[in-house]
Amino acid sequence: MNEEIKTLTISIYTENNIGLLNRISAIFQRRHINIESLTTSQSEIEGVNRFVVVVNITEPQAKKIIGQFEKQIEVIRAYYHTDEETIYQESGMFKIKSDLLFDEPQIQNIIKDSNARIVTVNKEFFVLEKSGRRQEIELLRRELNAFGIMQFVRSGRISVTKKPMKITEMLQAFNNQ
Amino acid sequence: MEAKTMTKAKFLDQPSERITGCEAIVRSLIAEGVDILYGYPGGAIMPVYDELYKYRNEIHHVLTRHEQGAAHAAQGFARISGRVGVAMATSGPGATNLITGIADAQIDSTPLVCITGQVPSHLLGSDAFQETDIVGISTPVTKWNHQVTKASEIPEVLAKAFYIAKSGRPGPVLIDITKDAQFGELDFKYEKCTGVRSYIPVPKINSESVKAAAELINAAKKPMIVWGQGVILGEAETELKAVIEKAGIPAAWTIMGASALPTSHPLNIGMVGMHGNYAPNKLTNECDVLIAIGMRFDDRVTGDLNTYAKQAKVVHFEIDPAEINKNVFADVAVLGNSKDSLAQLLPLLNKNSHDSWHQKFKDLYAIEFEKVIKNDLHPTKEGLTMGEVLNEINLQSKGNAAIVSDVGQHQMIACRYSEFNKTKSNITSGGLGTMGFALPAAIGAKMAAPDREVVAIIGDGGYQMNIQELGTIFQQKVPVKIVVLNNEFLGMVRQWQQLFFDKRYASTEMTNPNFVAIAEGYYIKAKKVVKREELADAVKEMITSKESYFLEVCVEKEDNVFPMIPSGASVSDVRLS
Repeated sequence: MNEEIKTLTISIYTENNIGLLNRISAIFQRRHINIESLTTSQSEIEGVNRFVVVVNITEPQAKKIIGQFEKQIEVIRAYYHTDEETIYQESGMFKIKSDLLFDEPQIQNIIKDSNARIVTVNKEFFVLEKSGRRQEIELLRRELNAFGIMQFVRSGRISVTKKPMKITEMLQAFNNQ
Repeated sequence: MEAKTMTKAKFLDQPSERITGCEAIVRSLIAEGVDILYGYPGGAIMPVYDELYKYRNEIHHVLTRHEQGAAHAAQGFARISGRVGVAMATSGPGATNLITGIADAQIDSTPLVCITGQVPSHLLGSDAFQETDIVGISTPVTKWNHQVTKASEIPEVLAKAFYIAKSGRPGPVLIDITKDAQFGELDFKYEKCTGVRSYIPVPKINSESVKAAAELINAAKKPMIVWGQGVILGEAETELKAVIEKAGIPAAWTIMGASALPTSHPLNIGMVGMHGNYAPNKLTNECDVLIAIGMRFDDRVTGDLNTYAKQAKVVHFEIDPAEINKNVFADVAVLGNSKDSLAQLLPLLNKNSHDSWHQKFKDLYAIEFEKVIKNDLHPTKEGLTMGEVLNEINLQSKGNAAIVSDVGQHQMIACRYSEFNKTKSNITSGGLGTMGFALPAAIGAKMAAPDREVVAIIGDGGYQMNIQELGTIFQQKVPVKIVVLNNEFLGMVRQWQQLFFDKRYASTEMTNPNFVAIAEGYYIKAKKVVKREELADAVKEMITSKESYFLEVCVEKEDNVFPMIPSGASVSDVRLS
């Protein structure tokens, strides 16, 4: 079996219930798996949530852990995917002093080249938003850091798979049981 | 009294009626067929106890002496009967005291519904008196848990709790109910839960997998079965026997699978695992097809995984998909419940006898008998052995007793040497290894199956972990038989200290109280045996007693349990001394 550690994206479709995050994170914790990022939101199906969790583990480990997720009563289905099998993005936000826009003309070029979006500007500060791969956001952070960043935050990964997930069909099958 | 005239059916599928949440809880339990539950009252669960008082003719609440006792009693109840055990406790310490029993039930797949009271919802998160986040605490050790904050949720949530606890691979469910939900009103209507959309309790059997399994088994020259509790939980005892007999396959059991096939069955080759029998452990690494049925390849069964049955093709019959390839890779996996899977397998199997292969087990048994069993069961040395006590109990109970064991040396001896004629007769804490399990579990077992002889076999260490439950036995007049095998040591730990820590007996020696006096303090008939000559009569007196009976047997202090697979060693390195 393939024992190479990879970055894997785990997608967990669940009922929208209190306490499920605790149940899911406990499964990682018990196996000493560090969560690189975790995002949860409404999925394509009304009332069904989707967790997107990024971890660095081997595929055999991933298979076992998927079994543990699916064993949970309120988990509908869980999958893992390699980076090649998914389209994924993160989002970063930068709060920067407005003066710098005028004092450091280079900043305007950085913004332009990075395809970052200006969310808001006022006298004190402006806010930049950049979506993309981790490296792109990191690059922008490093570039802006030279001038000073008041606040920076980056979201966890969100991702969709290239292949269909077939959750709707599965739910229909559940409902017809 | 109004409650008296109500029948169980009355609460099922009846038109709705406006009642309080706490009454709804009790009615829901009755609608689920619960007639006994174990628990301990306290502030946050008092409204429910008030209703239990009103319904006391329909549902019998057993006051244990500790909530841990309630949880284990509910386990014993479930294990002997196959029904859902119910335990109840108040918030805070009441709830946390249930946790050990819940964790035990989770790892041993025992169906439990635990109901805990909780502070009123407006106080949640305020560090109120006896508030604890029991849903958070119990999450990793429950199959499902849920907090109810509105009375109207009660019937549906409890129906779901019972369904989840019992269906598929069973397990414990905890429902935490705030006090305001207990006091609130609802339109009560009870319907049983028949499904949860995100939960597939029993996977569909794939007939191709069954065929592939049959082909492997039919082609095998040296097949061996290891079955686990899945056979008992799936009520597949008849199917297992038919498969074993038709295909002539020597069959061994895990500690949790004990008693699914009578001990005397010629193809029953004993227990696998750390203190299992010599032959099945050794020959695990010689068989060509290993057929695992309703078992999960626990580390105490497999020893070192890298040297476990590497020569064999593995066929795994299992209800829980997460168990497939978890520890041991399955060449063929048959998902489904054991009863249906084995029933589908049976007609595909060729008749066979595997005589010369079976002879190997007999030869190794002869070695084990000579080196271990003979000395355990028929010792010639002065001190009493645990094995001879078990042997005497087998003789006097004619193998019909349910044996409830605690954890440690006596447990291994009890599981190795008990004779079982009936299924669901070995009640022990297998996965979690909970000392203190046996005394309360025996209470639950005896109450669930009053017609059965229930004998608790306990060490002097574990006995004192829940000794307070003697009070429950006395108050409820539970005619359970208690045997304490007293070696004045935490024997199993001492054995490891002797073998692996150069006899440094750190904190394993016990200065024990007068156990007979303690039992008599609870008005339980009690006797102490120190000599071999006294043993048979004492066991006879115990078994024939119509009431509860306590028997202390002082056994050899430093006996060891063999065979033994040292921790982390291979099954084929099983030692006889």
